[in-house]
Amino acid sequence: MHTLYNFVSGPLAWIAFLVFIGGCLYKLYTLFTLTQQKESFIFSIMSVKYGLRSIGHWIVPFGTVNMKKNPVMTVVTFAFHLCLIFTPIFLLAHVILWDESFSISWWSLPESVADIFTLVVIGGCCYFLYRRLTDPAVKYLTTISDYILLTIVAAPFITGFLAYHQLFNYQLIMILHVLSGEIMLIAIPFTRLSHMIYSPFTRAYIGSEFGGIRHARDW
Amino acid sequence: MSEPEKAIIDDNLERCLAGLTKDRIKKAIDQVLKKESGARLKAYVETCVHCGLCSDACHVYLSKDKNPIYSPAGKVKRTIWEMIRKNGDVSPEFIKEASIIASTECNACKRCAMYCPFGIDVAYLMLTVRRICHLCGMTPMYIQDTAHSHAVTMNQMWVKDDEWIDTLQWQEEEAQDEMSNLRIPLDREGSEIMYSVIGPEPKFQAHLIYNMAFIFNAVGADWTMPSTPGWDNSDMAMYTGDNEIMGRVKREHFDTAARLKVKRIVMGECGHAFRSVYDMGNRWLNWRMPPIPIVHAIDYYYELLKTGKLKLKEKYKKSVTLHDPCNVIRGGGLAEKSRYVTKALCENFIEMTPNREHNFCCNAGGGVINCGPPFKDKRVLSNRVKADQIKATGAEVLISPCHNCHSGLEDINHHYKCGVEIKFFSEIIYEIMEKPGE
Repeated sequence: MHTLYNFVSGPLAWIAFLVFIGGCLYKLYTLFTLTQQKESFIFSIMSVKYGLRSIGHWIVPFGTVNMKKNPVMTVVTFAFHLCLIFTPIFLLAHVILWDESFSISWWSLPESVADIFTLVVIGGCCYFLYRRLTDPAVKYLTTISDYILLTIVAAPFITGFLAYHQLFNYQLIMILHVLSGEIMLIAIPFTRLSHMIYSPFTRAYIGSEFGGIRHARDW
Repeated sequence: MSEPEKAIIDDNLERCLAGLTKDRIKKAIDQVLKKESGARLKAYVETCVHCGLCSDACHVYLSKDKNPIYSPAGKVKRTIWEMIRKNGDVSPEFIKEASIIASTECNACKRCAMYCPFGIDVAYLMLTVRRICHLCGMTPMYIQDTAHSHAVTMNQMWVKDDEWIDTLQWQEEEAQDEMSNLRIPLDREGSEIMYSVIGPEPKFQAHLIYNMAFIFNAVGADWTMPSTPGWDNSDMAMYTGDNEIMGRVKREHFDTAARLKVKRIVMGECGHAFRSVYDMGNRWLNWRMPPIPIVHAIDYYYELLKTGKLKLKEKYKKSVTLHDPCNVIRGGGLAEKSRYVTKALCENFIEMTPNREHNFCCNAGGGVINCGPPFKDKRVLSNRVKADQIKATGAEVLISPCHNCHSGLEDINHHYKCGVEIKFFSEIIYEIMEKPGE
C-alpha cells in the first residue's frame, strides 16, 4: 500500500502535471494554428475591448439575461466553479506538499472553510446530476460521457473530504484521492472539461463578433 | 399545447434520397468537416458541456412545448454530433432529416449565441450542416430553386434583364402621376447612392420601389439604380450552403456599385440581404467589412429624419409595435435607430417584450420561408411565442423592417388571429410624408 502511495504521489503526479500542462498548451497551439490555416479572418475580428467586455459580463453572477432566467443554476455554477478552482490550490495540506517538495509556499484557506468549499463542489456535482436526470432539455443532450465527466470531477473532492475526516481506510482513500486528482488533471485537455481552456476564446470571439461587427450585446 | 403537424413531402428531398450514396455523403462530410472547417467547429464541438442553457433562447423549442429535440443543442445533437461520432458514416435518410432540421427548424437567428455561456454559435453549426446537405444535393426544393435563379440570373426570382428595367420604368411612370418630375435614375455614374433591392420587390412588391423612389425624390437624394444584373442584394445561396454562388452574387453586387462609382449602397428593408452583404458574402470574398459602405434602409431613414431632410405632414396615428429583425438588430446594431425612426414617425409606440437583441425571431428568416409551401404549416406552428408576443402589445400595426420577417409574420398574424396590420417603414413614411406639390 505504501509503495502504491509513493508511486501515485511521485512519478504519476509528475506525469499528470506534465500531461495536463503539455496537453493544454498543445490544445491551444492547435487551436491557434488551425485558425491561421482555415479561418484567419478570426484574427481580424478578435478585439481586446469587445472580447473582455463579453467575458466581463459572463464572469459576473447575474450579469446576463440567461443567468437571471436560471437563478438556481447561476448560483450553483458560480459557487461550484469558484470552489473547484480555489480549494485544491489553497488547501493547507496541498500548500504543505508544495512547500515540502519545492520549498514554495503561499496563503492557505482555513481548514473549516476548505471543508465547506469541498462540500459545495460535491453539492454542485449532485445538482448537475439531478439536472441531467430530471430536466428534459438537459436529459436529452446527456450521454454516458457526461456522467463519467461528472464522476471524474466529483471523485477528488469526495475522496478528499473522506481523507480529511479520516473516514474509512485512510491509506486507501488517500491513494484514491491522489489518483482521482491526477485523472481529472489528465482529463482536462482531452475531454469536454477542455471548456476550461477554450471558453475564454469562444467567449472572446463571439463577444468581438457581436461588439465589433454586429454592434450588439451578447449577454 | 402546440398543434400537431401534417407529414411533409418535399420533392427535391425525395428525389435526392433515391439517388444518394453513402460514398457521396462521406465525401461531403469529410470535405466540410475536415477541409473547410477549422478552429470554430473544433472549439464548439469540444467545448459544449451539454448543459441545455441554450434551450430557452429558441422560439421553435418554446413554441413546441419545450420539446428538447428542438433546443439549439438538440438540433446539433441530431445533426453534426452524429456526423462526427460516426465519422461521416451516416445514411441518406439521416442526411434528409439533417437537411430538414438545419433548413426548416433553425433560422440561424443567433439568439442562442447570447444564451450559451461559452458563446457557441449554433447558427454557424446549422449553416455548416446545410453546406454538407448542399454538397449531397439534399436541399429543399423551393429554396434550391431560388439558389438556381441566383446562379443563372444573378437575382433570386428569375427576373429577366428587360423585365427589371421595365418594372423600374413602370414604377417611375406610376409615381409621376403624383410627382411629375420624379425619376428613377438608371446607371447614373458618380451618384452618391446606389439603391439596391431584393428580387421579390420587382417580382411582386413593386410598390416598395415606388415608395422608395418617392422618398429619394422628395429629399433630393443623389441616387441611382443599376439597369444590369447586380441590382439584387438578396442571397438564398448563402442559406443553402452554396457558398460559391453566394460569392459570385455578392461580387456582382459590389462590382456594379464600383462600376457606378457610388459612395455608398443604400438597401431596402431587408434583413437577410444585409447579412449577406455585411457579414457573410463579403467575408467569403475576403473583405472584413463591405468594400463599399452599406446603409440599411432603417439607417437611411434615421439619417433623413435626424437631419430634418424628410418632412412629415403629421405623425402616424395608429398604435404601432416594432419587430426587431435578427439580421439588422442582432446582426447590425440598428435597435436604437429603429426606435428613433418609429418614434419620429408614430404617435403611439408600444414595445413588445422581449425586444432589441432579445426579440423572438419571425421563424421565416434564415431561408426557412424560402423552403416554400411544403413547410409552411410547420413554420407557423413552430412560432406560437411570436404570436403571443404580438398579441400582448395590443397594437394595431406591426412594423417589420425586413421582407422575410414581414411575410412570416403575415402567416402568423393570419393563423393565430393577432389582428395586426403589418407594415414596412416605407409604407408609413409614404403615407405621412410631405409630398412636393401637394
